Amino acid sequence: MSDLAIAPAPRGIPARMLVRGTIIGAIGLLSLLPILNQLPEGNVLRISDFTIAVTGKWICYAVLALAIDLAWGYAGILSLGHGAFFALGGYAMGMHLMRLIGPRGVYGHPVLPDFMVFLGYRELPWYWLGFDHFSYAVLMAMLVPGALAFLVGWLSFRSRITGVYFSIITQAMTYALMLAFFRNDMGFGGNNGFTDFKELLGLPLNTQGARAGLFYAALALLAGSLLLCRHIVGTKLGRVLVAVRDAESRVRFLGYSVTAFKLFVFTLSAVLAGLAGALYVPLVGIINPGEFAPGNSIEAVIWVAVGGRGTLVGAIIGAFSVNAVKTWLTSFAPDLWLFVLGGLFVAVTLFLPRGLVGLFQGRTK
Amino acid sequence: MTGPVLYLDGVSVIFDGFRALNNLSLVVDAGELRAVIGPNGAGKTTMMDVITGKTRPTAGTVRFGDHDLTRMDEARIANLGIGRKFQKPTVFDALTVFENLELALKAPRDPLSCLRWQLAGTARKRIEGVMEEIGLAARAGDPAAILSHGQRQWLEIGMLLMQDPDLLLVDEPVAGMTDQETEHTAALLRRIAGRRSVVVVEHDLEFVRALGSKVTVLHEGTLLSEGSIDTVQNDPRVIEVYLGR
Amino acid sequence: MGQPAAHHIMARLILLLMLLLAFLAPASAQDAYLEALPGLAGGFGTQAEAVERLGASGDARALPVLRALSEGQLRKRDVTIILPGGADAATGQPADATGAETVRINNRVRAALRGALGRLQLVSANPDERLAAADSVFRSRSAENIAPLEAAIARETIARVRERQELALAASRLVAPDAQAKHQGIATLGSASSDEARALLLEARAANPELAPEIDGAVSAIDARLTFKRAGETLFQGLSLGSVLLLAALGLAITFGVMGVINMAHGEFVMLGAYTTFVVQEACRGIPWLLPWSLPLSVPAAFLVAGLAGALLERGLIRHLYGRPLETLLMTFGVGMILQQAVRLAFGAQNREVLSPAWMQGTLALPGGINITQNRLWVVVFSLLVLALTFAAIRLTRFGLEMRAVVQNRRTAATMGIRTGRVDALTFAFGSGLAGMAGVALSQIDNVSPNLGTGYIIDSFMVVVFGGVGSLIGTLVGAMGLGVLNKVIEPWAGAVLAKVAVLVLIMLFIQRRPRGLFALKGRAAEA
Repeated sequence: MSDLAIAPAPRGIPARMLVRGTIIGAIGLLSLLPILNQLPEGNVLRISDFTIAVTGKWICYAVLALAIDLAWGYAGILSLGHGAFFALGGYAMGMHLMRLIGPRGVYGHPVLPDFMVFLGYRELPWYWLGFDHFSYAVLMAMLVPGALAFLVGWLSFRSRITGVYFSIITQAMTYALMLAFFRNDMGFGGNNGFTDFKELLGLPLNTQGARAGLFYAALALLAGSLLLCRHIVGTKLGRVLVAVRDAESRVRFLGYSVTAFKLFVFTLSAVLAGLAGALYVPLVGIINPGEFAPGNSIEAVIWVAVGGRGTLVGAIIGAFSVNAVKTWLTSFAPDLWLFVLGGLFVAVTLFLPRGLVGLFQGRTK
Repeated sequence: MTGPVLYLDGVSVIFDGFRALNNLSLVVDAGELRAVIGPNGAGKTTMMDVITGKTRPTAGTVRFGDHDLTRMDEARIANLGIGRKFQKPTVFDALTVFENLELALKAPRDPLSCLRWQLAGTARKRIEGVMEEIGLAARAGDPAAILSHGQRQWLEIGMLLMQDPDLLLVDEPVAGMTDQETEHTAALLRRIAGRRSVVVVEHDLEFVRALGSKVTVLHEGTLLSEGSIDTVQNDPRVIEVYLGR
Repeated sequence: MGQPAAHHIMARLILLLMLLLAFLAPASAQDAYLEALPGLAGGFGTQAEAVERLGASGDARALPVLRALSEGQLRKRDVTIILPGGADAATGQPADATGAETVRINNRVRAALRGALGRLQLVSANPDERLAAADSVFRSRSAENIAPLEAAIARETIARVRERQELALAASRLVAPDAQAKHQGIATLGSASSDEARALLLEARAANPELAPEIDGAVSAIDARLTFKRAGETLFQGLSLGSVLLLAALGLAITFGVMGVINMAHGEFVMLGAYTTFVVQEACRGIPWLLPWSLPLSVPAAFLVAGLAGALLERGLIRHLYGRPLETLLMTFGVGMILQQAVRLAFGAQNREVLSPAWMQGTLALPGGINITQNRLWVVVFSLLVLALTFAAIRLTRFGLEMRAVVQNRRTAATMGIRTGRVDALTFAFGSGLAGMAGVALSQIDNVSPNLGTGYIIDSFMVVVFGGVGSLIGTLVGAMGLGVLNKVIEPWAGAVLAKVAVLVLIMLFIQRRPRGLFALKGRAAEA
């Protein structure tokens, strides 16, 4: 094998075109789904409401996977707590949805959500103020995960906490948040979380139109996130991140503040995860502290590993394929699913370190 | 720049009671090429770590021009104009030769500037010039991972050239090199040294002799002897440490 | 009508005779009982008086009588009082119960009964009853209790009962009219260490302003002891939690701290140890004499099971990922998932019960009123034993020497003939076996369920990171420190927030000392 054959430049351009074509094709196909959902019952091409809901959920997962891949695949920051950012975004949107229920709750209180009435709240806690505005909720869905990531990242990166140490700290972070959100007196509905949402942006949630709208919003978020990540990865910033991943201290001796770069990408990644969570909640209609479970975050990491980390498309492919298997398997052999998932962790790390995408890349080499 | 570029005075580094550096003082002048030798554990690498901000000294002064280095981190010290070449060549495997050099190029180092960064024609010319200099022009698009050991060493030296430092610290540059590569490396270093101060840590006394510079001998974290290669080779204390056993 | 009337007259005569006798002979306890007994057959006023006298008699025979009376089980036939069993209360012999009627009482009698029963129970044959009586007298506190209490204390042989009786006596003296008694009461209560004594003293302070300075002194003495007691109990709870953390973290200190392998399935090895304990217990059920010893038997069994699982994991999977910690982390997490699910399918998702043998149950009272539960104490002792064992294994055995050699310089160790692969497997098995032993201890204080380990894995990593990776002493100090910290924060923040606070504190601590409390420094730390 000559050096020239391995060099990325000659084969890079067609490969890139291929990837671009595939992405556009896939997004086009996905955007057809809600239209096929409009077909009358009984039509062969009709897509069920369930499929729309599940696919919409997967799209949100794909955005989460992208966010993890940006931090892990490029900058080498393995966060085992991204589920927390996802859940925080979800809670922000959930708070908005709860406010929109208004007097339609079981207790019929004009302002307070049912669980607050039940727990004897007299007025809305201060941190609930403002969530009646959609734009404020979206802002918070980005700001809160971003601020938390910034804080945890700043504390960790500046003390040179890297690798598995950082992974364990993020794991502890989501674990602590889970414990906290399970508490009733936190004002987030305790272990029941939020559910029974009625409407969003004036649209009743249980209509086909609302589902289609959310689906397109999720698709747009995925496309937007992919474009943003591809852009970042293509700049010198992206190359510094890769350099940090491969030889962190060398980057320092070149004069780059590794802490600043890591903070940038980690915070951005958390914001993306928060947005994904914010769309996920109206799609599935519920958010509870279970979303903070440490296992969820690690499961999301395995999507990326299965797809192929360090390739943005891989993250998306991984999120879709693992969740497809999960949905399929949990419906007819639920006991088997955890064996399969556990087996995936083992198989991917041992036999497929570059993921599904690596399989194809390996062949082109 | 006139006067000493690098100034170490009474520097001590203590790890759990072990004195890696013991009251070390060293002065390097502008444009000077200095070789530092010493047996294993003499404190050569720790000295480099202290200068580049990787290790904080327990006591003592470290100055670079007018700057106190003892409170700065690696990145700030690097941006002041101190470059470091590691014993084991560290380049960025996943990036191409060109990209490696591009990262080292003097330019704003904050994330947002990097996000907006556009490669200008002059910068491209500089990178191409350095690639010629280190003999890797033909490998511009190759990932660093597939370079040979010697080529990686040169790429790292090339990155230091891109950084354009006023002071260059080089740790055992010819370890593990073939004779031909060693020759090429010595030539590269001499070319760099003409313009800036260079401190070379080396085991290979023949290589040090080839550099023809002032030599500092470290032993047990402290200065044992200083002078020309012939002076130190005839210093009885040096003979005892190196050959006495 | 004649017959009953004659009986009545006879009864009166006997009563008179008895009263006479009572006057003639010095009054003894037994006499008082027999004297008072017939009064129960009289009118309500007489009854109440008789109850008081029976109560004051301090006679053990009076207790069943009054108890039967209060329960409506006592019968009378003229002046003969008949117990529920049909015996004459005076003689203990079977009595003629023809025409006997139930003794009725009113509220006044009932009130008298309460006090009398309390006083009488003070002399019950059952120590638990005496203890309960002392407590009830303590709460009812009346000056009339002083004499019976003093009598009871004189007879009492069991220290813990006497202690309570003395407190009750002090409480009664506090409400006595005479000042001398009050002083005595305050002094005794002041040497107690309970919230009750404190409340009593404060109550007396309001009633007796002239005694305020004396009472204040006593109260502050109690406060000092209460603070000590609380501190002692918090410390023990902290050490107890710390020893659990220590057990869970010791294995990690080997596999993660020494070998640098991130094993997320470590918690599942702990879980395997707990289930081994359950299986050993079930196996022992067939052999009754062995059952109490199933727990000690489980210790080596759990060590072997988890150790074997660890060796298989290391040889089969982990060794292919050396030098790739993040991949190891994910892979072992998957292994943990598979183990959990396998156990869930094999044993069911519900909790399994592991019994504590009798010698581990009960509470131990330390001086100063500090109470500690035995099984928690055993866990503390066990964790220290395991620590000592680990330390000995690393420092004193050939295996430990080879292990340290391989860790420090794999290549040199290999050239000296050490089979590094075998050492890796054994080291990992050893660390995993320690996790199994932790599972034995956890089966005593936590639910044995498939996800037993997940609750401990993060905490254990925190302990190792906090204490300093690669340092056993660091692990000990880290575990105990975090345990105590948790329990100190808990009273004013709640268990969950205490946990969150500890996590935050660890993060802040790592700012100051990124390598933990007992960090390796210099070249060794670079590896």
